[in-house]
Amino acid sequence: MTFEVIKPGLLTTIQDLGRPGYFHLGIPEGGAMDRAAMRIANMLVGNPEDAAGLEAVFMGPELKFNHDALVSVAGAEMPVFVDGEPRACWASFAVKAGQTLKFGYLKTGARIYIAIAGGIDTPPALGSRSTYPIGALGGFEGRALAAGDTVPVGKAPANAKERTLDQSLLATQPKPAELRVLPGLYWHRLTKGSQQQFFDDEWRVAPEADRMGYRFRGGHSMEFVEREQPFGAGSDPSNIVDGCYSYGSIQIPGGTEPIVLHRDAVSGGGYFTIGAVISADMDLIGQLQPNTPVRFRQVDMTEALDARHERLARLEKIRATLT
Amino acid sequence: MANIQSPVPGTFYHRPSPEDAAFKSPGDSVAVGDTIGLVEVMKSFIEVQAEEAGTFADYAVENEAAVSAGDVLATLK
Repeated sequence: MTFEVIKPGLLTTIQDLGRPGYFHLGIPEGGAMDRAAMRIANMLVGNPEDAAGLEAVFMGPELKFNHDALVSVAGAEMPVFVDGEPRACWASFAVKAGQTLKFGYLKTGARIYIAIAGGIDTPPALGSRSTYPIGALGGFEGRALAAGDTVPVGKAPANAKERTLDQSLLATQPKPAELRVLPGLYWHRLTKGSQQQFFDDEWRVAPEADRMGYRFRGGHSMEFVEREQPFGAGSDPSNIVDGCYSYGSIQIPGGTEPIVLHRDAVSGGGYFTIGAVISADMDLIGQLQPNTPVRFRQVDMTEALDARHERLARLEKIRATLT
Repeated sequence: MANIQSPVPGTFYHRPSPEDAAFKSPGDSVAVGDTIGLVEVMKSFIEVQAEEAGTFADYAVENEAAVSAGDVLATLK
């Protein structure tokens, strides 16, 4: 089974749940920015949750199927069409050989996930099919999809059948969006006033935000506790002697624009990290459009773990209805 | 009368660079595939192209405005 890329959209990449285990070597985990949406897209077509699908940001691709397929779309809200006929998001539907899957303008969210029964069957790299374009690793020849690509799809599983998600099972999001933050290693480098300001200010997603990091602007500049820069650290007060970064960690180069590191982030560098966005809220970041207003809210470890359990329980409920 | 819509969310620019003139001025003729502006998102600039021919009426949003996907950027008459 294959499909052909007629138009790739803005940036459409093959993604699965990522390749953990190589971050210490500088290779990011990668994988879907909204992992829950990728998992649900796979459940909708009867795939294992770690099967590879497509992540398309802001703009859908146009794909022509060379074989009959069962397809689902999850994540952002974007009109879906099969040969011009509308189909529902958060549902799976048949696409016949020769038919074209196309999308309208993005309504809410940022990234759609397209799963196909059988999963995309490009060769895995380091245990994952996720595309890491900067490292030319995984995906389709290590890059985003381009017009004319013919993409292989695996054999559909026995339980491939049309399903629809009960969308009341999805989490509702407050406006402005809220990202919960656990202060971390270098929190003490911000003045007390700036620590408070960081949570008081309303920030907006900067248009530069991408798979490596989500940048925010619109808040006050942060002030740093004065110190003599240690030997080996850069001269800016936001610099440290190089250290490790984690998924979700927040750095504020020069004190102006916080950056939350995401799936394709570098694994270390010379900016201190004030803390991290909690794991339960990382998928939400993947659905933030440029200019979306965002607030950061401080939590402690107990709240962070409760939020993680709540998120896993929600996913488990969805799994129970779809599998 | 036809609308040209933004394919993606981002920042809309009337000009190819700050020093240059706008891509189109009212009254200019527009051919299919003509670039009428740029939308900046994720560190890249996406050309917004006309999908039908006509006469340029005007930009519908300011230079450097924040836009959403589907927003009308310019109109043809």
